[in-house]
Amino acid sequence: MSRIATRFAALKEEGRAGLVTFITAGDPDSATSQSLLDGLPAAGADLIELGVPFSDPMADGPAIQAASIRALASGASVARTLDMVRNFRRRDGLTPIILMGYYNPIHAWGVDAFCEAAARAGVDGLIVVDLPPEEADELTGPAGAHGIDLIALTAPTTDDARLSAILGGATGFVYYVSIAGVTGTASAGREAIAGAMERLRRHTGLPVAVGFGLKSPAQVAEGGTLADAAVVGSAIVQKVADGLDASGRAKPGLVAEVLAFVRTLAAGLRGGASPL
Amino acid sequence: MQQRNTLRAGPDERGHFGIYGGRYVAETLMPLILSLEKAYAAAKSDPTFVAELRYYLANYVGRPSPLYFARRLTEAFGGARIYLKREDLNHTGAHKINNCMGQVLLARRMGKKRIIAETGAGQHGVATATVCALFGLDCVIYMGATDIERQAPNVYRMKLLGAEVRPVTSGAGTLKDAMNDAMRDWVARVDDTYYMIGTVAGPHPYPAMVRDFQSVIGEETRAQMLDATGRLPDSLVACIGGGSNAMGLFHPFLDDPSVRIFGVAAAGPGIATGQHAASLTGGRPGVLHGNRTYLLQTRDGQITEAHSISAGLDYPGIGPEHAWLRDIGRVEYVSATDQEALEAFQLTTRLEGIIPALESSHAIAYAKTVARDLGPDHLMVVSLSGRGDKDVATVAKSLGDDALTRGGLE
Repeated sequence: MSRIATRFAALKEEGRAGLVTFITAGDPDSATSQSLLDGLPAAGADLIELGVPFSDPMADGPAIQAASIRALASGASVARTLDMVRNFRRRDGLTPIILMGYYNPIHAWGVDAFCEAAARAGVDGLIVVDLPPEEADELTGPAGAHGIDLIALTAPTTDDARLSAILGGATGFVYYVSIAGVTGTASAGREAIAGAMERLRRHTGLPVAVGFGLKSPAQVAEGGTLADAAVVGSAIVQKVADGLDASGRAKPGLVAEVLAFVRTLAAGLRGGASPL
Repeated sequence: MQQRNTLRAGPDERGHFGIYGGRYVAETLMPLILSLEKAYAAAKSDPTFVAELRYYLANYVGRPSPLYFARRLTEAFGGARIYLKREDLNHTGAHKINNCMGQVLLARRMGKKRIIAETGAGQHGVATATVCALFGLDCVIYMGATDIERQAPNVYRMKLLGAEVRPVTSGAGTLKDAMNDAMRDWVARVDDTYYMIGTVAGPHPYPAMVRDFQSVIGEETRAQMLDATGRLPDSLVACIGGGSNAMGLFHPFLDDPSVRIFGVAAAGPGIATGQHAASLTGGRPGVLHGNRTYLLQTRDGQITEAHSISAGLDYPGIGPEHAWLRDIGRVEYVSATDQEALEAFQLTTRLEGIIPALESSHAIAYAKTVARDLGPDHLMVVSLSGRGDKDVATVAKSLGDDALTRGGLE
């Protein structure tokens, strides 16, 4: 069983929803980013989305745009992102890592070679924001051949006909983009998410993670009552930005503060109990 | 994909020109793109829509635009007979309005009340703001902060027309960044907003739709040249940023093998410097802004900034149909430098009394390069895609007053 399937099975057994945390690889610098990544599981992250920096993050709001710029300025690249995963895997063989980003860096690397390298580094899934099912054929095959789940994205605008097409071949889990908009801006209401979950579950037995617009422990807790996992990205990345000095360098204590925030998010999902 | 005997049948039903084009957008936007595709297909086969567009093109835009024999440029170049397709004489001063008029009528059919657009030089922004004023629609224009600075007169025109101009500070603050922010706006306002893309790029159906609306340039040229000379032109020359004026001129001639076609990209200070906007020469295939095409990018797939004296050509990509036409060899893609464009700008102004846009000056510059070799029997059509009033300050800054008092040309 894949790490993703194993983790969701364990969560189900525990009777709680999972916390999915997003950070951008190489933000604000490679060492700090590695420390953050390595510290996330102990802080309560059940799955990790690692953002692959891109020059033109069209689906992202200001917080993740800024993170991408910081990461690229510090020398981040696809190869270094995979290095981070490889380093992480030396100490953690269980926590699933999903790379999240845009298609061009994968395309530039070469789809097949990228999937092979990613699988070898220990990547479990890919979320490619600008690759709808209509264009995904050339990635689906190589990803599957290397045991990587290509995570299906659904949105409030996705109608039932598309849902069945999108979810027919989905693996791993399903990502529900809960608002029409970019990351880290508006938040969806409880009823809207609940309605969407009901619709999604008619089409798939896979676990569903809800994301976009979840910022606080309370929102995460609520998301966790509706979906199988709650994703937090911009709010975490904003904590990274808050931990920078005037010249953009990581202040001492940045990693501890970001991880402390992740603990509060995790506590929300565990009925108030802090992880570990 | 293509029918055997024509190069004009593309794209396929998924929006692909060969391996280029497509629909690389977030899932949130996919349903919108699909409904736009349906709405456009219905509109273009609806005689009411076609008649309405024709009415506004004739009575508001001022079409057909003249095909003008440039006698003195022809003499100066010493070879091919140069005809200028005068898109600069359209209302708002460039070809951009052809597309905006088509799209605004479509947006009205779709019941959209709010129009957004990106702009580089400001010509597409002005054309968008103009049609929004005409039909009483809300209008928001995304424009890079750098471009706002170098195209101040167009910014003020848009504001006068009632548009809100939103400065974009991400990236280098130029056209690609404006397009990113327009797409971010669109995804957040899916219900009421129509995204009016200004060039033959973006997700399907935009490249084909914008080409169709711009093809009036080539259709008129064909009829006008036959009328004036009794035969087809021997060559066509147009500048290329995203490539909409070029695609509009070229498309009706793609199946005429006797017509040579030249697309002229901006070489900035020179292709060899690496500082240019010629993605077909210095770039490689990738995915950005909803389509697969040639892009200026790093080895790692990060998009790099384009460089040109002309804000309208300052884009790291190119329309996907151009990418395909390059690969199959139907169109010859070449380039002209900032310096060559500046010289052509002055030459056309002095010899013909026409101040061309710096974008169009790239096409004229290339015509100058090849006209002599092609000989006096050769009929060459150069797309004069826009007027150059907006560029006067940029040119003054580049040349200085000295050049003008010396006469500029020598």
